[in-house]
Amino acid sequence: MANKGIPVEMNFSQHISGQFNSDLEAIRSQMMEMGGLVERQVANAIEAITTGDTTPADDIIRREDDVDRMEVAIDQECTQILVRRQPAASDLRMVLAVSRVVRDLERIGDEATKIAVHALEVSGSTNGGYCQQSIRYMGTEVGKMISGALNAFARNDVDGALDVVRNDKLVDQQYSAALRELITYMMEDPRSISQAINILWILRAIERIGDHARNISEQVIYVVSGADVRHSSISEMEERAHKDKDDSSSTGA
Amino acid sequence: MSIIENHQTDGEPFCDSPKLKARGVGVFYGDKQAIFDVSLDIGANEVIALIGPSGCGKSTFLRCLNRMNDTIDICRITGEILLDDEDIYAPKIDVVPLRARVGMVFQKPNPFPKTIFDNVAYGPRIHGLVNHRHELEEIVEQSLRRAGLWSEVKDRLDAPGTGLSGGQQQRLCIARTIAVDPEVILMDEPCSALDPIATARIEELIDELRDNYTIAIVTHSMQQAARVSQRTAYFHLGQLIEVNPTDLVFTKPQHALTEAYITGRFG
Repeated sequence: MANKGIPVEMNFSQHISGQFNSDLEAIRSQMMEMGGLVERQVANAIEAITTGDTTPADDIIRREDDVDRMEVAIDQECTQILVRRQPAASDLRMVLAVSRVVRDLERIGDEATKIAVHALEVSGSTNGGYCQQSIRYMGTEVGKMISGALNAFARNDVDGALDVVRNDKLVDQQYSAALRELITYMMEDPRSISQAINILWILRAIERIGDHARNISEQVIYVVSGADVRHSSISEMEERAHKDKDDSSSTGA
Repeated sequence: MSIIENHQTDGEPFCDSPKLKARGVGVFYGDKQAIFDVSLDIGANEVIALIGPSGCGKSTFLRCLNRMNDTIDICRITGEILLDDEDIYAPKIDVVPLRARVGMVFQKPNPFPKTIFDNVAYGPRIHGLVNHRHELEEIVEQSLRRAGLWSEVKDRLDAPGTGLSGGQQQRLCIARTIAVDPEVILMDEPCSALDPIATARIEELIDELRDNYTIAIVTHSMQQAARVSQRTAYFHLGQLIEVNPTDLVFTKPQHALTEAYITGRFG
């Protein structure tokens, strides 16, 4: 926080209430912990589908309940902070953002589980190898997007968040290309349709994970700059994120 | 903590249809300066909330707006305050009609030791607003109705005003204020002595009164400021730091001091 015009002896990093500080820190760190778990779920799901080893898939399905429980617990803590502290300004944005981010993380967890279920279905099949390259590429990219979005959240890094949004565009393009490839397989050999549909679901799940990572990045921009950039194009997002950030930093807020 | 040098108020201190205009207002108590160069518009039919830590000058500023500070001998005011473009500190201005145009509701309900009827009738009587008893009765009824108190007191208008509950007393004081048909109502922490139900009634009333009056309210409750006002002004050590639409102030304040205050990072 810039201190233009403000006496230097003033420090605003801490609340008067120490408990409020620790409550806010707690939801942040639990959200990061949940993010780490979900990130591993996705990595394992991609591994299961690309290697054909179904051990991680079983593990993912087992851990889905943990992710769900974390979502509910963190969201309850957010509600408690709203009720007890009536947060305002950056604190309010943080609590709202954490509540939204955990919902996206939970959905990423759901998508990882879907991938794991389909991985079990296609394992051992001779036609399970459709679009492997796209799956690997998209899987790696969305993994990077999740960690990028969470890192951006941890560091209040608007530029990092915008990078994630740009990557989502690439994932969407790869998804469209993979769909065209799958359609070609299905037209050439109708017997491949049931397996191709499994692969389609997997591609779709990975693409959705990218969308959720993008949503998380939008929340980073909201927390840092106050701009609500949901449903905006990348260029609008860049403009508003930097404009609002500049407005705030010029006066120190 | 020291004063911010050469501070310009952030946000939008001015508005399109101002009822009251403060320009470069400074207030001194003896040698000590309490308010520094405050310029602010209070728009017609708006509720503006003045917030800030204790001793920041928000009440002092409010009291300048109907010359209540004149009652303090050592108090000196510089700058200009214009009500409908007329300087309220001009020598020709008589403060008695001024205070009828710009009424005030105080922190603690202060009904006169008179009947409920006489409390409300007091202003219209001394300002000579009525000629006949039935006119007075009409003003009393209408004022009590507007203050949301009529149904509770209509059968006991001869009972003493001091016998009402705290919330009713405060609504009686609001009725007394609006009985003289003011244009602006100044409220200095009007709910700080009231319970949540009485507070909710007063806040509802403020919202209804906005149709006919311009209201400036000083409050220590940020939730109250957020609930009742359209614009919020943040004062700090006698300076006006930021004025912005209320929803903006409470979600994305422009100045670091406003942010620090409303998030409870200092007091």
